[in-house]
Amino acid sequence: MKEVLFASGRNIPNVDPQLHAWHWPIPVYLFLGGLAAGLLFFASYYTIIGKEKEMPAVTKWAPFFVPIALVVGLGALFYDLTNKLFFWRLYTTIRIESPMSWGAWALMIITPLSFLWIASYFKEIFPNWSWKFDFLEKIMDWVTENRKVMAWILLPMSIILGIYTGILLSAFNARPLWNNSILGPLFLVSGLSTAAALITWISKDAHERHLFTKIDLVLIATELFILTHMFMGFQAGPSVQQEAAFLLNGGEFTVVFWVFVVILGLVFPAILEISELIGYKVPVAVPAMLVIIGGLVFRFVMVEAGQITRYLY
Amino acid sequence: MRYGMAIDTLKCVGCGDCVVACQTENNVPFGYCRDWITETIDGTYPQVELEFRSERCNHCENSPCVRCCPTGASHIVEGGIVVVTADKCIGCSACIESCPYDARYTHPLGHVDKCTFCHHVRDYKQTTACSAVCPTSCIYFGDLDNPKSEVSMILKNRKFKDLAPEAGTKPQIFYLI
Repeated sequence: MKEVLFASGRNIPNVDPQLHAWHWPIPVYLFLGGLAAGLLFFASYYTIIGKEKEMPAVTKWAPFFVPIALVVGLGALFYDLTNKLFFWRLYTTIRIESPMSWGAWALMIITPLSFLWIASYFKEIFPNWSWKFDFLEKIMDWVTENRKVMAWILLPMSIILGIYTGILLSAFNARPLWNNSILGPLFLVSGLSTAAALITWISKDAHERHLFTKIDLVLIATELFILTHMFMGFQAGPSVQQEAAFLLNGGEFTVVFWVFVVILGLVFPAILEISELIGYKVPVAVPAMLVIIGGLVFRFVMVEAGQITRYLY
Repeated sequence: MRYGMAIDTLKCVGCGDCVVACQTENNVPFGYCRDWITETIDGTYPQVELEFRSERCNHCENSPCVRCCPTGASHIVEGGIVVVTADKCIGCSACIESCPYDARYTHPLGHVDKCTFCHHVRDYKQTTACSAVCPTSCIYFGDLDNPKSEVSMILKNRKFKDLAPEAGTKPQIFYLI
């Protein structure tokens, strides 16, 4: 028997008895950030290869979700700060070693560009739209002409944003569940997959929906593959990581992880998408919604379970 | 210059004087603490071992809290002491998540707070509140780089361990066993 207790007493809010310094805004933000990254990735990719006209949902409609997702996500992040009035300190320095600094600066570039992106489509969507001022008209004409340049900036930035949501967690060597090198790619793939699902949902074009159902299937398969590798890494890892994996494979997060993330969030939508591709009639909202909810639950599970895993006590 | 501590687990009785001294010296808000005492009971009677440890921030050489801080509020000052600048801290809690020792907490004012090795008295005192008050004198504080300092001498002569070395942070607090 080995028992450790705090003889001097210690009951610090959010640290004892179990670390819980990050609350619901963090997983919500990680989800929305990943979704925005995925939507921007597809939008800029199809703009760069010149398929804007054939892919209206991807390049024109889906990006409308991006600024909304980013504003809500950043609002959630801001809400979770405990020293809110000093948030501007993020932008007085660049810290190469800190993933959060990378994310803050990436968002500084992505958020305004995502607003510009949808603004450049206003004239196309509302033919009578006017920017009221001459100089604004000129700027927006110039932006619309140079949308491809914007796409070239957004393509790498969206990958940085998507992968950073995972690296933010995996950089913490104190939390064995997070501290694995595959979490960055896993979050990126998951973000791309939720974005592809959202696109299939809002697309009205049969060809486009078909293509994105296929893309989503490939992404779901990749995600399952990476998840398997993550667990293999845990099982072959040190005892703290084996204990971390046990939280999801037998511990308190088993049911929510396997039912809502793996079965309802990945396997079942994949089956529905396959049946859709081979010709069965499947309501498109069902697999899309399942993938999106699965992505959100996945981030909640990872953030909550990760904070429980530790080295001491 | 590299400040560190050696804490004698054979002399520590777990009285908690170091905790109270720290709270008084550093104006730690009520209900919070920058150092604490753990009691480890290993085995069952009659084969049982008891160990008291006075624990605090390990002022790690490879400090994850400094690495992940997005604003540079967590930084290392002379002597390898990890400190937080309150008006640079945005309260993102990343450093709290990154600490394997749970040595950091959010101050009720919003910023993150932790042990500073009583950095504010360093100009005129080569000691900390916890080591100064310890009734069994089990906390040795000093310069690890100086081979003649008390802490270096005792680490040369005694067996010691550090906490969670597998976390890779290179802690600078050593427990004499």
